[in-house]
Amino acid sequence: MPRPFTPKVVTANRLLEGDAVWRTETGEWSPDLAQAELIEDAATAELRLLEAAAEAHLVVGAYLADATAGKRGLVPAHFREAFRTRGPSNYTHGKQEKA
Amino acid sequence: MYHYNTFDEAFVQKRVSQFRAQVERRIDGSLTEEEFKPLRLMNGLYLQLHAYMLRIAIPYGTLNSTQMRQLAHIADRWDKGYGHFTTRQNIQFNWPKLRDVPDILEALADVGMHAIQTSGNTIRNVTADHFAGAAADEIADPRPVAELLRQWSTDHPQFQFLPRKFKIAVSGSGHDRAVTRAHDIGLETVERDNEIGYRVIVGGGLGRTPMIGKVLREFLPQEDLLPYTEAVVSTWNLLGRRDNKYKSRIKITVHEHGIEEISRLVEEEFEHIRPGFGGPNWQLLSQIEHSFARPNLETRPAKAHERACAGDRVYRAWADTNLTAHWRPDHVIVTVSLKKQGATPGDATADQMRVLADLAERYGHDELRVSHEQNVILPHVAKADLPAVHAALKQAELATPNVGLVSDIIACPGMDYCALATARSIPIAQQIATRFDELKVEHDVGPLKIKISGCINACGHHHVGHIGILGLDRAGMESYQVTLGGDHTETAAIGERAGPGFSADEIIPAIERLVLGYLDLRAGPDETFLQAYRRLGPAPFKALLYPKDGADAT
Repeated sequence: MPRPFTPKVVTANRLLEGDAVWRTETGEWSPDLAQAELIEDAATAELRLLEAAAEAHLVVGAYLADATAGKRGLVPAHFREAFRTRGPSNYTHGKQEKA
Repeated sequence: MYHYNTFDEAFVQKRVSQFRAQVERRIDGSLTEEEFKPLRLMNGLYLQLHAYMLRIAIPYGTLNSTQMRQLAHIADRWDKGYGHFTTRQNIQFNWPKLRDVPDILEALADVGMHAIQTSGNTIRNVTADHFAGAAADEIADPRPVAELLRQWSTDHPQFQFLPRKFKIAVSGSGHDRAVTRAHDIGLETVERDNEIGYRVIVGGGLGRTPMIGKVLREFLPQEDLLPYTEAVVSTWNLLGRRDNKYKSRIKITVHEHGIEEISRLVEEEFEHIRPGFGGPNWQLLSQIEHSFARPNLETRPAKAHERACAGDRVYRAWADTNLTAHWRPDHVIVTVSLKKQGATPGDATADQMRVLADLAERYGHDELRVSHEQNVILPHVAKADLPAVHAALKQAELATPNVGLVSDIIACPGMDYCALATARSIPIAQQIATRFDELKVEHDVGPLKIKISGCINACGHHHVGHIGILGLDRAGMESYQVTLGGDHTETAAIGERAGPGFSADEIIPAIERLVLGYLDLRAGPDETFLQAYRRLGPAPFKALLYPKDGADAT
């Protein structure tokens, strides 16, 4: 039996910078997960992933990641994705640097 | 040490300009990512969780001061002011921008370095004993043949599309400091009837299916090294499985076909190709050997060192753990710990790199080594200069006296950086080191190798740690599995899984129970953790990890 669809965001890394980005409702790439479009069904997810694949001049390796709507916006469902929103834990580098 | 000749220089410079053009074509859209990815990987450029990562080879772990300064310069100019030394004698920069990478590669080429074949299904950086050319117990310096193998394997047309990556390590002494038994090919220098040759060990490896290598040839004469190695790689290149990447490494090929059959095929191929190797390679090796001639060491009195040992407890502690016997009694090998408790194992700041370069230039015959244990070595230091070296290291926070102890932990980058990781390793290493520093028992505990990997691929060598820790993702939580009794030396062994995994909060207290419990189990202060484990077996150690009430186990 297919697993029920869980809400997702489209994420990738920027071609030039290499940093993590998320796709917004308007089709932009944002460094902030909170700005991302939360996709609620499989057909839209597939379509958004195809759209992202057509943007290889901007991003690399687009994929779908589970996310949930929290009180203060979207939050990642998995710890790996949570790290991508912050940066490494041994130095304040990456996104947490600017936060 | 070896300096690039005009051929090497032209080759590396040409590769830089090729890659520069490839990057431009990727950015302007003429190359797709699918086309570009193998090209960037051929040049050591990965895409990780937060950024690109550039992996630079330090062949057989040897660097001079100019090269170390250039790494510092790269760290400052194009990265975030530090670099990470790895278990395969590479250095990784975690934050380069795509457009800058060709400039970084050019800066490397300027000092005789590159990132070629640090990724992909090729023969990777050839590693060696980090005490090469300096150790008192050495039979022969392994670096000349490691350099010969580097030249032979670089851009070798037959070996650019191997079934999987292929790693070679060379050790120069009976004491294996190069983990040769966990490599696709391990070459152990041996002497027979005054002739230098190699014990060829094949099919070792860690990762998903850890295996200790098997002896393919007890004694391979030196002049047969290249054709024989080529015969091994060629045999595997044909037999190795391309249908399943988990079964593609030579360890599986050896396992599936048996060492006798592999040996038969290798010997057949060897006889076939041997006539094509000969004079020129032999001459090349003798030229290379010449460039690794021992430095001219002056005779120096050791009094200053003895005085410092007697009068300064901090110095004495450092001298006890971080020095190793040199072939010249008035000199020593200094291991500089990149494992200050609480710091990231293997990381050095640009300033620290410059201090190391300065010390190598001033006191160390311009030589530095990087070890697979993620430390840096000054291989030829006069005992007379040790107090000055120690003082300079102390100032740069590089004088931690913990080499070979609990806090001298190997840790891969784990999920703090690596896209393949299933859990973090760095914070676990930091917390264990900090905890044992607080307990002030490190020196009492004595020699102990803790090795941590953040995924099954085992870059952190956890299988061969006396205590191995493997980070996994268990139902969306970081979970840490402990293995016991591993050994990376000439008595190599794969550690045994102790039991269920621990959560990130539980793993530090579990390791503390294990190590402190060992102090009660050992026969005396001279019995190391590994010896006690071998004498007593796993049961009492498991009991320490999993107390009966089960409160700490998940």
